[in-house]
Amino acid sequence: MSAANQRTLARAVATLLAGALFGFGLSVSTMIRPEVVLSFLLFRDFGLMLVMGGAVVVVLLTYKLAPRVLNRPLLGDHFHAHPSVWNRDTAVGAALFGVGWGLCGVCPGPAIAGLGAGNFSLLWALVGIALGALVQGLRAK
Amino acid sequence: MKLSLPLFPFGWQHYLLGGLLVGAGAALLFVLTGRIGGMSTVFSSTWSYLVRSPFFQQSRFVDSRAWRLVYALGLILGALIWWLGFAGGQIEATAVPVWQLLLGGFFVGYGARLGNGCTSGHGICGLGSLQWPSLLAVLTFMATAFLTANLAARWLP
Repeated sequence: MSAANQRTLARAVATLLAGALFGFGLSVSTMIRPEVVLSFLLFRDFGLMLVMGGAVVVVLLTYKLAPRVLNRPLLGDHFHAHPSVWNRDTAVGAALFGVGWGLCGVCPGPAIAGLGAGNFSLLWALVGIALGALVQGLRAK
Repeated sequence: MKLSLPLFPFGWQHYLLGGLLVGAGAALLFVLTGRIGGMSTVFSSTWSYLVRSPFFQQSRFVDSRAWRLVYALGLILGALIWWLGFAGGQIEATAVPVWQLLLGGFFVGYGARLGNGCTSGHGICGLGSLQWPSLLAVLTFMATAFLTANLAARWLP
């Protein structure tokens, strides 16, 4: 195997492991249960704040520190950034996302992870999300 | 020790631990590959395999679609390890009706892609990189989600 192929494989394994950690965490935090998310939205259980807060702190520290300590990612060429903008699409999109989230208690991460945790009814949400993304893309210019 | 606040009727430790692990997953992805690991883009980038329209054939989807699928596969794998190794492998079920999952899911998919991010993209990665548009997006979807969930709880059977 060439060196370039080895790097591609190493990156794929790293991505799989990172995803596994993410999915394991979503399961531990029971965010894969729509009922738990909905009970947060109904002000009955504030656990979701701890999940989000805990994740944000770890990510914040890593995004800040990693580029200072390392010239580049251990298996990659450069550190990416995903600059978000505030415009009409972001506002309308976020508002619609919230309506859907409040109706079903499922967001993209748990919809995917739920399949591995035996919560197969989340397949319905997964189908809905995929269709929503398709229609958004077909309507976009 | 009876310190569990009424804010957390089912305890708080698993929430914090789970959140730290979710963050560790996104952090590991960044340190090893430099990638930003929001979860909603995979729903657009995967369509680029099938739909030929210029929107789906943008390089930001085509160039990232392979690793995003691997990342999603990892999510399933991690949840599977939890399910079989820590949760006894009982089938989980939700009482949320199918039409709510389907219709709610549709809005989640449409909205997340129109607004360029979801609870992980804007919520975790966006706030994690201190981007104020992401904070506004989070406040917006939290507000409409609170409203929708409370109206649904009141009016739906």
